[in-house]
Amino acid sequence: MSNSLTCDVVVVGAGMVGAASALYAARAGLSAVLVDRGPVAGGTTGAGEGNLLVSDKEPGPELDLALLSGRLWADLAAEPGVAGSVEYEAKGGLVVAAGPEGLTALEGFAAAQRSAGVEAESVAAGQLHDLEPYVARGLAGGVLYPQDAQVMPTLAAARLVRLARTAGASLRTGWTVTEVLRTASGAVRGVRTPYGDIHAPAVVNAAGTWGGELAALAGVSLPVLPRRGFVLVTEPLPRRVRHKVYAADYVADVASDSAALQTSPVVEGTAAGPVLIGASRERVGFDRSFSLPVTRELAAGATRLFPFLAEVRAMRAYLGFRPYLPDHLPAVGPDPRVPGLFHACGHEGAGIGLATGTGHLIAQVLTDRTPDLDLAPFRPDRFPDPSPEEGS
Amino acid sequence: MTPRTPMRLVRARPEPPFTVTFDDREIAVLPGQTIAAALWSVGVMSWRTTRGSGERRGVFCGIGVCFDCLLTVNGRPNQRACLVRAEPGDVIRTQEGTGHHD
Amino acid sequence: MTDDRRGTVEPRGTTDRPGLAVIGAGPAGLAAALAAAARGVQVTLVDAAPEAGGQFYRRPAAGLGARHPRALHHQWRTWERLRDGLAAHIEAGRVTHLTDHHVWCVERESGVLVVHALLGPEQEEPVVVRADAVVLATGGYEKVLPFPGWTLPGVVTAGGAQAMLKGGLVLPGRTAVVAGTGPLLMPVAVGLAAAGAKVAALVESADPRAFVRHARVLAAHPGKVAEGALYAAGLARHRIGVHVRHAVVEAHGTDRLEAVTVAALDTDGRVRDGSEWRVPCDSLAVGHGMLPHTDLAETLGCRLDGVNVAVDDEQRTDVPGVWAAGETTGIGGAVLSLAEGRIAGLSVAARLDSRAPEPSSYARPANTRAGLREFFAAVDNVCTPPAGWAERIGDDTLVCRCEEVPASAVREAVDELGAGDVRTVKLLTRAGMGWCQGRMCGPAVAGLAGCPTTPSRRPFARPVPLGVLAREPGESP
Repeated sequence: MSNSLTCDVVVVGAGMVGAASALYAARAGLSAVLVDRGPVAGGTTGAGEGNLLVSDKEPGPELDLALLSGRLWADLAAEPGVAGSVEYEAKGGLVVAAGPEGLTALEGFAAAQRSAGVEAESVAAGQLHDLEPYVARGLAGGVLYPQDAQVMPTLAAARLVRLARTAGASLRTGWTVTEVLRTASGAVRGVRTPYGDIHAPAVVNAAGTWGGELAALAGVSLPVLPRRGFVLVTEPLPRRVRHKVYAADYVADVASDSAALQTSPVVEGTAAGPVLIGASRERVGFDRSFSLPVTRELAAGATRLFPFLAEVRAMRAYLGFRPYLPDHLPAVGPDPRVPGLFHACGHEGAGIGLATGTGHLIAQVLTDRTPDLDLAPFRPDRFPDPSPEEGS
Repeated sequence: MTPRTPMRLVRARPEPPFTVTFDDREIAVLPGQTIAAALWSVGVMSWRTTRGSGERRGVFCGIGVCFDCLLTVNGRPNQRACLVRAEPGDVIRTQEGTGHHD
Repeated sequence: MTDDRRGTVEPRGTTDRPGLAVIGAGPAGLAAALAAAARGVQVTLVDAAPEAGGQFYRRPAAGLGARHPRALHHQWRTWERLRDGLAAHIEAGRVTHLTDHHVWCVERESGVLVVHALLGPEQEEPVVVRADAVVLATGGYEKVLPFPGWTLPGVVTAGGAQAMLKGGLVLPGRTAVVAGTGPLLMPVAVGLAAAGAKVAALVESADPRAFVRHARVLAAHPGKVAEGALYAAGLARHRIGVHVRHAVVEAHGTDRLEAVTVAALDTDGRVRDGSEWRVPCDSLAVGHGMLPHTDLAETLGCRLDGVNVAVDDEQRTDVPGVWAAGETTGIGGAVLSLAEGRIAGLSVAARLDSRAPEPSSYARPANTRAGLREFFAAVDNVCTPPAGWAERIGDDTLVCRCEEVPASAVREAVDELGAGDVRTVKLLTRAGMGWCQGRMCGPAVAGLAGCPTTPSRRPFARPVPLGVLAREPGESP
């Protein structure tokens, strides 16, 4: 190897989670090197909508991580220049129910969330239009979640990387990790890339959808799988959709295990003008081909929620792959199987929102502090090793 | 010598013109002309302002690809002047920003 | 389905479904439609324009009563042949010509190709055409590299000036400058002058002496050389000053164009100090070559070769049932498009009949194709933008016209924010996210980012109303 670097921690993956991990590690005083085989935000981050949500999470460890992350996002946004440069908007989420049954379920869900620390305000049918003047008539009601926010994910990742570099981290894009280096006793001692070895006693796996492959390089299994999603983007509009607005069945889809296509309308405006329309979920591997039927369902759902959108033009559609683990919780924290290996991946469709909390917790365990949240539910070794016929 | 014009070049004998309104001003249009051609022939070269800095824009690519010549026709925003043929009585308006208003 | 089965789909139900849908009624699409129809294929010709002809044979609308439209055209006899052939096939019921149909997506659904179009010019009503085979003859559009002032009204693409003249019989102003590089500039300058504009200068950045390197290719194409000589004579007749190895480096004006600065270029593409002069003008027709429309092909999953749709000897793409012809497979002008379209049409007719076309049946157009591809490779080699053009784009110059993104923002994304490719630059700066979806700024962004121009994926070849997208095909509103 022509050259080698030495640092305290190598973070693999310059998406949103890697960027936040490098930022909090650098601010905790660690020398961090962030590597990615592609550009910044080249994977799931660049194909996301930038949701910072508590509304879609039931009480439990993921909601706790979302609440912690939301506070950290607000702190970052309060730093000079950050909010504008990442298009941070604390606009709130509005979940609507079409009929009385759905509303009852939604109210029950919100009541449980309240007891876990979520702000959730019931909105009567008659008040929906005060919040969203263009939303469909005849809905049964909804719940407003003021803590829901949004960032532009690629900008957020790139700006957090920039802040991390200001704090002393360095960035290597176009560097593919080909090997996780380990000592004779099995502990991590760095990574190998075509441009040289990077020596470090700690490696953070923030490789998103490819987190399983990176884990395998370190000799452990982590069953991260892709779940494809499409997003539709409209022509630029004045602010007609004020919140992130979605139908109550979205929550069921997020938690579902089904491989079949699921779509539930999620509609939101952006600072730049276009309206973004999600969300579809399919387990089709890394198939990048365009699917007109999926975008058709998205359009149908969005126009039901906001009838004015029928006249608005879709300018483009893009797709991405959410990295998910079988129980829909991310892997966050040290891997007991390999000393020095840490995981920060498998956030499914919530990685932008959960990035700050994840990065913060990773920095805490890297510096031997007690993490703010119990990491037991996020243990990377919680899944059984794959049986031979299932593969990995 | 009579000055050369596109009409003379192709020995055009156009059908009688009709009128449309452009920002409340009446202009004469030859049948078959696009809105962009009609505006050019009365010396109007821009009819849109951008949503960022408010720059004036008109035809650029002339074949429907660049979307710089957007305007509002009969209340319908974001129409490409280089593609849409003018029809008698059309109400055509310059367009600001997104073309949508609240 | 594997590659070796491409094009061998059975023609099914030709009474309720055409064997072939041709997208685009320019030279390539017309040639394909005529060749296939003449061999018994039921053809639906789908085109965005109100009349056939494409950009090359764009003509004044009937209402303008042009009695001598050929004054604006080259190769008019060829057009007459295409026009009459089309009329005969329509009359015989072998070709259906759908005008004002803007195709936004073609999908392949269990072997059938489904063409989704919007009825123009409002483009709000959906139309669906199903076919066993499709020829993509979607043509190309002009590439323009940014310079200060290029967004001023009065600055138009060279092809745009020509289209407005051919179709609407209008000029962009009284005094024009024609600038950039490539074979389109001469006919545009001559056309504008013939129509009464004063063409103050034709400014070509390339050095025609570079053609010497391609003398063998030129000698093999006396027709092309004669065509050039004809335009040169036109330039002389209209007393148009030609400045080679020069460029328009800035356009001036406040609300519209008032003048341009022209400067001489060194061999390294740099402006020669003190060579600048100002040319008063109210219009600038500018272009730096052409790019193919490949969106429909890409969404179908066709392999691209650089920026062009990749095709085999029969103009087949690697997706079964999908052919491509004309500029979409590589820029090369009308005659090459005609040859490619003809080959595609012959191939479709044979393949829909489960046969391979007899190579001798398309030997002549194949010969033309080989020669012209070689010729245009030489043109492409000579008519490239001046060296170092990207570094010389000023920081304040807008690169993305739609989203108003200056060069400085693109540079910041690359130098400071970790972007190394066009897609990440787009996500970080919005360059390419606007109405044109990066068609105008793509080459400049790629140049600034230091990577090759690659087509971005555009699943919707045109913006489509969500209400249309939401409906199942064939479902009435």
